[in-house]
Amino acid sequence: MDASRLARGLARIARQIVERHPDIEHTALVGIRTRGVPLAQRLARVVAKGEARRPRVGALDITLYRDDLTTMAPNPVVRGTEIPFSIDGCCVVLVDDVLFTGRTVRAALDELVDFGRPARIELAVLVDRGHRELPIRADYVGRTLNTAREQTVQVRLKEQDGEDRVLLLEPEPLVARTQGRRR
Amino acid sequence: MSLFPHRHLLGIEPLLPAEIETILDTAQSMREILDRPIKKVPTLRGKTVINLFYEPSTRTRSSFEVAERVLSADSLSIATATSSASKGETLLDTAWNLEAMKPDMIIIRHASSGAPHFLARHCRPAIVNAGDGAHEHPTQALLDALTLRQKKGRIAGLRVAIVGDLLHSRVARSNLWLLTKLGVDVILCAPPTLVPPGIEALAPVTHRIDEACEGADAVMMLRVQRERMTGGYFPSSREYHLRFGLTEARVRRARRDVVILHPGPMNRGVEISTEVADGPYSVILDQVTNGVAIRMAVLYLLLGGHSEVGA
Repeated sequence: MDASRLARGLARIARQIVERHPDIEHTALVGIRTRGVPLAQRLARVVAKGEARRPRVGALDITLYRDDLTTMAPNPVVRGTEIPFSIDGCCVVLVDDVLFTGRTVRAALDELVDFGRPARIELAVLVDRGHRELPIRADYVGRTLNTAREQTVQVRLKEQDGEDRVLLLEPEPLVARTQGRRR
Repeated sequence: MSLFPHRHLLGIEPLLPAEIETILDTAQSMREILDRPIKKVPTLRGKTVINLFYEPSTRTRSSFEVAERVLSADSLSIATATSSASKGETLLDTAWNLEAMKPDMIIIRHASSGAPHFLARHCRPAIVNAGDGAHEHPTQALLDALTLRQKKGRIAGLRVAIVGDLLHSRVARSNLWLLTKLGVDVILCAPPTLVPPGIEALAPVTHRIDEACEGADAVMMLRVQRERMTGGYFPSSREYHLRFGLTEARVRRARRDVVILHPGPMNRGVEISTEVADGPYSVILDQVTNGVAIRMAVLYLLLGGHSEVGA
């Protein structure tokens, strides 16, 4: 998936968000760290173009809510959550790069409700690669990819990696097994 | 390679600058949780922490307890005045008995320097030093550094005066290690009777508080530790205040944006005047909030991951 397909995927998500949420100022886009955050910011810019008002943007660090902390060595870095507005009663769109097992989204939902009681929570992902382990689905999908479980989907973004690209990587026998599935 | 490859936190002295930065960065990220409507994250669910305090403490103990609760660890606190230690049980016997209850971490404050290191050698749980005698108080130095970094935007290159009872102060020792490791220009100030021998090898020492305050970015005041003083180190509290107390006139010698730190509990009218303690440059209550964040970071870094690193 190259830069132009990635941009088209994002544009489609943005269009659908605007269609579903005419009152965009009551909507918040909350990116899941790390790559969900620049994606949420980009979506907010695209959404704002056609509309008078911008959605609010936040960042969620789910590290402290992971269900696999005790099995990971070393500790993942805690980068911090920033939601500088009240989410009570508004619609929150969680934004992430890849939807895989659904465990990250589960952690994000748990964290989000500690901040208040949103009227509604939706999920936008750039890539849905299947293999869910929890009853979770996305409301907005940039692209659905058929993948094997052992493969890795790597999203590279200009803000962090210097280029916009999505790569499907084959498993590297030893390395891939010892690393976490994400990050 | 782990960001924090230690099993215990026994002092600042053995830490590398990068490891100190890791604790500060983690604490800065954790700080936000304290402002949430629901101040609780599930990170350390099912972990047990014992707070073993052989010396009185308000701030440090309650700060550790709050940090443990926010991270969802189960904790219990033992104040030795009401425990078997007052019946003569040795430290090691107490520790072995507590260890048999399978805690994941023991946080210890003890009047003897080296007590936490002793436990670390003989017990399995992770050990955190919450103050050992006149040796170290690592989490205090870390919360001071976090406060400095928040207020000044940096740590390296600052000029910091540490003023007061250097002889009995574990806070001074931990801070001296931490600040010099991070490139701070430290000046120490105390009456000649309260300067430990050899400390001038680590930082310059003066006996004039005016000189210490001159151009300082921050002044760290130390408590006059009456309970540890066995002899006459100075004639009277009034005399101490006149010569070494931090007053508004002395604060004016420092930089205009100076911040004043104190680890608490304060002796108002002895080492610090009430006007300074409550003045606009005082960051003493920020230190307390940051203390909780630092202790959360330490708990997370020592207990959070599945660590296979040796001590």
